[in-house]
Amino acid sequence: MPRTVAFREALNEAMAEEMEKDDRIFLMGEEVGHYDGAYKVSKGLLKKFGEKRVIDTPIAEGGFVGVGIGAAMVGLRPIIELMTWNFSFVAADQLINNAAKIRQMSGGQFTLPVVFRGPGGSAHMLAAQHSQSTEALWAHIPGLKVVMPANPKDAKGLLKSAIRDDNPIIFIEGEVLYADQGEIPDGEYTIPLGVAEVKRPGTDLTIIGWSKMVKIALATAEALAAEGIEAEVVDPRTIRPLDEELLVQSVSKTKRCLILEEGWPFNGVGAEIAYRIGRRCFDDLDAPVERLTGADMPMPYNHHLEQQCIPDVPRAVAAAKKLLYLE
Amino acid sequence: MAQILDMPQLSDTMKIGVLQKWRKNEGDKVSPGEVMAEIETDKAVMDFEAFDEGVLLKRLITDGTSVPVGTPIAIIGKAGDDIAKLVEEAKARGQGGSAAKAAAPAPAAKPAPAAAPAAKPAATAANGQTAAAPKPAPAPAPMPKRAAAPAPAAPAVPAGTKVLASPLARKLATDLGIDLRSVQGTGPGGRIVERDVKAAAEGGANGAVAATAATDWHAAEEAPQTAAPRVSAAAPLPAQIVPERRAEARPAQAPPAEDLVKPLSMMRRTIAERLLVAKTTVPHFYLTADVDMDAAMDFREQVAQVHGAKLSVNDLVLKACALALRRIPEANASFTDEAIIQHARVDIGMAVAIEDGLITPVIRDADKKTIGQIGTEARELAGRARDRKLKPEEYTHATFSVSNLGMMGIRHFAAIINPPEGAILAVGNVRKLPVVKDGKIVIGQQMSITLSCDHRVIDGALGAKLLQAIVAILEKPISLAF
Repeated sequence: MPRTVAFREALNEAMAEEMEKDDRIFLMGEEVGHYDGAYKVSKGLLKKFGEKRVIDTPIAEGGFVGVGIGAAMVGLRPIIELMTWNFSFVAADQLINNAAKIRQMSGGQFTLPVVFRGPGGSAHMLAAQHSQSTEALWAHIPGLKVVMPANPKDAKGLLKSAIRDDNPIIFIEGEVLYADQGEIPDGEYTIPLGVAEVKRPGTDLTIIGWSKMVKIALATAEALAAEGIEAEVVDPRTIRPLDEELLVQSVSKTKRCLILEEGWPFNGVGAEIAYRIGRRCFDDLDAPVERLTGADMPMPYNHHLEQQCIPDVPRAVAAAKKLLYLE
Repeated sequence: MAQILDMPQLSDTMKIGVLQKWRKNEGDKVSPGEVMAEIETDKAVMDFEAFDEGVLLKRLITDGTSVPVGTPIAIIGKAGDDIAKLVEEAKARGQGGSAAKAAAPAPAAKPAPAAAPAAKPAATAANGQTAAAPKPAPAPAPMPKRAAAPAPAAPAVPAGTKVLASPLARKLATDLGIDLRSVQGTGPGGRIVERDVKAAAEGGANGAVAATAATDWHAAEEAPQTAAPRVSAAAPLPAQIVPERRAEARPAQAPPAEDLVKPLSMMRRTIAERLLVAKTTVPHFYLTADVDMDAAMDFREQVAQVHGAKLSVNDLVLKACALALRRIPEANASFTDEAIIQHARVDIGMAVAIEDGLITPVIRDADKKTIGQIGTEARELAGRARDRKLKPEEYTHATFSVSNLGMMGIRHFAAIINPPEGAILAVGNVRKLPVVKDGKIVIGQQMSITLSCDHRVIDGALGAKLLQAIVAILEKPISLAF
């Protein structure tokens, strides 16, 4: 019997189940223990696994991210929670220069089974420094895997796979998704990294989105369906490795592609996807690949301005119609 | 030195060629006479042969691409030649450069080139070809050696106009055989998008013709060397060429019509163009006579018995026409703006129905050939015509034509002249009917034939004399034996 759980509960289950099985796994981060996590993702874990395996840290990302990397190098399997990905920048040197490179630079002598996880993207009126989408930064760097689930089922299955992976994983949880309810299968399951999923089948255009944007894509498809347009929604689920085949397969069928991305346009993940589709589907395309992204500016604090900076359904519908030459 | 090869003009009426299939890859060595590619003209699929020794350095167009005559299609040279400049040049000519050439609309109406009303301009144009060519080069137009040699004929649509189309629309147009230049784009800036090509294919935007009954026409293909070319302009299009196609459901669009719509093939385009010109610019008049075919049918029977050779009625008619034209040489003539050219040769075209259209292979010097030779040649030409393997010199420059629908039960019809020829004979069926012979009613065999004449060349009396001669020869068939 499938159960309905919240996104944060799904993540919690994934960590708890894996920690049960493997005592090399520990969770470390700001307020993950006694406070049950800033977003309550680690609720009850301290009680269950004790202070040795659920560790509260000082406000020092550069330090505890580095500790996580070191622990992974000597055989443990850390889960490092960043209170938000906005705070990862002070740990950028650790993530980019150490986590991403040590396995290669050591000639494979070290593996880095470490998951860095935390909320990403904009929430509501958190202003420029706390409303950022960072996947494009991390996905740029060879050596890092980037995972971005869109619903509770994917969140649990992907986090379990991430914890079991021997490479450093950037696991970005949409901040506004934590309370989302969704069905998950009963019992043990995992979802492999690098496998996209068709979230809604369609024939007239493909909408690609991940994390929070899957919700916008599905709502857009719904709105389009009311006008007789059948959009296919495809969620890559992992940005790296990217399931290019499924994306290409979908666009080859629908001939048109819209990419929704919460982050900034320049050098965005969508830009890379658009290139790959342009190259692989060139003869199938009836219109240039279209992107709808976050506004190319620091996020305004003002609510109305903020809404203008995040892709939404009306603009996604307009972009879809542009692809279909129905403007 | 590397050089650009252009789309050659492989027939008089060819304006656009489709590179059906490359037979050489980039980097392959080619020697003179070697086939580099197959090119579909408006009439046939022809081999494109190398003129010089060298290496195919670059293909400028891909299989299935349709380009106007004179458009660069390949670069040939020595291995290692730097072709960057030539590629640039080819690109410039392929896109914007040929606009000037394209300016003049091709006067398909214009008969033989008559700048010099000398005795035999048209004749040399036709027959001199093979003699002039060092080897059996199929191309009547000189295979352009240098990029600079522009093809004489202008493309149907200015080639300089850049066509905006989505990649999908281009692919679809290629698949459906639609010329994008004839499609109206509805995307931004007039971009042709998928729905425009589909609309064109379905006849929406460009009013393509819906085809209906085609079964009878289909049967015509089975009949040897037959069918009225000129009648075909009005005939329904054969339905089998393009598979039935119903509009796919498109978002927010009205349901599609049920009409069957087939894009114009190159051949249909040419037929339409040429017949329209013929019927609207050549002043036709028609003369009909009945031929008593008793003797001719006897003759045919005797030939079969004595020689074992099977002659068709059409063979008899072809030979009779050839002899009649020799007797009435004034009727073996073409009109030009400056002069009337009375042909020294008697070359008779015969209309052959083929898939998607018709073609008129020519029996050269038919007056000098025996009826047996004519029959053999006619069958051989008709066979290759149906396989679309005729060379241009085999279906051009007739001086007179014969079109026969008799084997399809047609009693009488009038054909459209194929300019610059001066006349065409339409042949009906041989039928048994009561006739008066020696004051008695007996069962006779009769055939109606109708001569269409270009009044600018052949007046009524002259036309009548020709028809009379044909009738006389058929009724006293002994002359057919020589």
